[in-house]
Amino acid sequence: MSVFLFVVVPYVCLTVFVAGHLWRCRYDKFGWTTRSSQLYENRLLRIGSPLFHFGMLGVVGGHVIGLLVPQSWTDAVGITEHMYHVAAVGGGLAAGVMTVVGMVILIYRRRTTGPVFSATTVMDKVMYAFLAIVIVLGMWNTIAGSIMTIGGEYNYREGVSVWYRSFLAFQPDAALMANAPLGFQLHALVAFGLFALWPFTRLVHVFSAPVGYLTRPYIVYRSRDDQLGSHSPRRGWDRVG
Amino acid sequence: MRVMAQMAMVMNLDKCIGCHTCSVTCKQAWTNRSGTEYIWFNNVETRPGLGYPRTYEDQEKWQGGWELNKRGRMKLKAGGRFRKLMTIFSNPKLPSIGEYYEPWTYDYATLTDAPAQEHSPVARPKSLISGKNMKIEWSANWDDDLGGSTANTHRDPMLKKIADKVKFEFEQTFMFYLPRICEHCLNPSCAASCPSGAIYKREEDGIVLVDQDACRGWRMCVSGCPYKKIYFNHRTGKAEKCTFCFPRIEVGLPTVCSETCVGRLRYIGLMLYDADKVLAAASTTDEHGLYEAQRDVFLDPFDPEVIREAEKAGIARDWIDAAQRSPIYALINTFKVALPLHPEYRTMPMVWYIPPLSPVVEVVAETGEDAEDKGNLFAAIDALRIPIEYLAELFTAGDVVPVDAVLKKLAAMRSYMRDINMGREPDASIPAAVGMTEEEMYDMYRLLAIAKYEERYVIPPAHAEQAHSLEELATECAVSEYGGGQNDLFGEGSGAPTPIAVENFQMLQDRQTSDSLAGPDGKKGRVNLLNWDGKGSPSGIFPPKGDDS
Repeated sequence: MSVFLFVVVPYVCLTVFVAGHLWRCRYDKFGWTTRSSQLYENRLLRIGSPLFHFGMLGVVGGHVIGLLVPQSWTDAVGITEHMYHVAAVGGGLAAGVMTVVGMVILIYRRRTTGPVFSATTVMDKVMYAFLAIVIVLGMWNTIAGSIMTIGGEYNYREGVSVWYRSFLAFQPDAALMANAPLGFQLHALVAFGLFALWPFTRLVHVFSAPVGYLTRPYIVYRSRDDQLGSHSPRRGWDRVG
Repeated sequence: MRVMAQMAMVMNLDKCIGCHTCSVTCKQAWTNRSGTEYIWFNNVETRPGLGYPRTYEDQEKWQGGWELNKRGRMKLKAGGRFRKLMTIFSNPKLPSIGEYYEPWTYDYATLTDAPAQEHSPVARPKSLISGKNMKIEWSANWDDDLGGSTANTHRDPMLKKIADKVKFEFEQTFMFYLPRICEHCLNPSCAASCPSGAIYKREEDGIVLVDQDACRGWRMCVSGCPYKKIYFNHRTGKAEKCTFCFPRIEVGLPTVCSETCVGRLRYIGLMLYDADKVLAAASTTDEHGLYEAQRDVFLDPFDPEVIREAEKAGIARDWIDAAQRSPIYALINTFKVALPLHPEYRTMPMVWYIPPLSPVVEVVAETGEDAEDKGNLFAAIDALRIPIEYLAELFTAGDVVPVDAVLKKLAAMRSYMRDINMGREPDASIPAAVGMTEEEMYDMYRLLAIAKYEERYVIPPAHAEQAHSLEELATECAVSEYGGGQNDLFGEGSGAPTPIAVENFQMLQDRQTSDSLAGPDGKKGRVNLLNWDGKGSPSGIFPPKGDDS
């Protein structure tokens, strides 16, 4: 069972995640957008959206550090377990609270503002449900698991993180995850569910984060030949000249 | 020198009667889709007035366009790249739908479905945004024809700038119409604001377009454009803008707004410009110098060196010819009667305007004086500061000198041509008073008053050797393997619709303008092969025998 849950399911989700993005990028560039609703409502968005997104950037950064940096490395540079714990919980809590508050504002806005709600698709609602559950479970793990230590102390850097790196290295060790607390197990599973949904939702906009804007020239020139109006050249037609 | 070609437009505001035909035909052609209800690529504003979206010209509020920083270098008014990325999650300067208007329809069905009742049923307005009943409070042209009334005009950002000198009294009212499309700027701040790099300027003709596949809906372009001519399609989540009807331009046809303009006030043509000089010109310190600086960027298409450089830059010979015949070049650089709209935004706009003389003429006419007399008009131009200063706020960043000069040229043309039309001896001193020769004045009159279609629209078609890349050209396989085209495989319904294209456009035009009905031999020579049973040879199918002697 644990092999199915912590090896098969994650790999299936990862496959869907990667293949789905490739498919979406190939066939639905036109649909690849943030689908902003700022035009409809700005007052709540102005507070909620930056809170949520900046909080989320912190959360993602925290996960990268927590999951990808082995404990031996931080030990080697002399960061003690306690120091790490304080920093991780402190940072995680701050980012988490921002994310949750932002998310509550945004969901409230989406539900109560008529135009925004009517522009919400079924896929959006499913995605919101997964996203909210992942975030709430993550906060539960931080608050209940790491601060109040309900159900005993658990160092995820010796369990979940190692499993995650083994998963990325294609040498998965399901036992590590099977021994983790239920909160961590559920968090990881729902997160993988979200990854599987990802390419089919508006979340794809994460991968169009416009970092290139910092370095590109302000004005973009393009030749007419680069872009064939609204459709690409048919197979078998070569351009002349 | 780096020569580039730019498709440009000039509008003669004296001729605009505010009929909105351009707006309506443009909307029918481009934005009659869900999500684009409030999008007007072309709109006509009554000035003085608020514009669309309301008070868009108030750049202290909307932060569109460019400004100079302390070191005199160009920066986006709304902040640089880093600032843009930091505010990407909630654009602080995006007009809400309320600044445009909430689009609506009516529940027409109740008019026919309603049960018998005492009072006749009413079609109530329904919002196209929320679907609910709504109260109509504003629309794209709510203040149409209300120029100079006190209800709204005090909020006109341009009038505010001169308001301390002016008590806007009823006797001083004036009004004119300002049709607006995208300016297709040489230094577009929308493109510079786009985090995704989806907005680009075409190298060949300078048309600014949004790549719908690359746009990610960050909305920074909407804020970045000081003319607010980029709109956010709230259904697709992508930015859309005026395309200068590029599929038509590519085959040598004018834009829809120009083609359908009943006043024939629009001119389209090429301008050659030096791309290397754009940045320096846009960075001119004195705002009053921006108009002249932009004129300096344009190149003289008759100059042999310019022609040589243009050919080196890959601009085809017929395009250079078109640039020489360009009515835009004549109006901007030869006659110097066209002015840019809001040069102070430093975007180097390429849709220019001939300011209206009518506010002046009307005042003179109302006094009972001769409104075509040079002396009266010149005196009125000098005396009527309010309309002149207002026009200067629109077209020359507040500098009245160029506006004065243009209006005097138009006034001079009016009185000079009056003499000719009345059969009197033309007075050479009138053109001389505005620094023109009689011949130049007559040429200007010809271009402004009676120019034919081919003179108003000098549009070289894109080159046929690039045919496959032209949007409207039907040279591709009719039955698309990607599911394009229509469902029928055979017969008339098969394939994609045949649009106007480089080849058949000329053919169709020849057919429309030829003297005979069709073909070289007139009606009698036509053969209907559908009725031919294959026997014998119907007359007309082969050339007559023995004629070759």
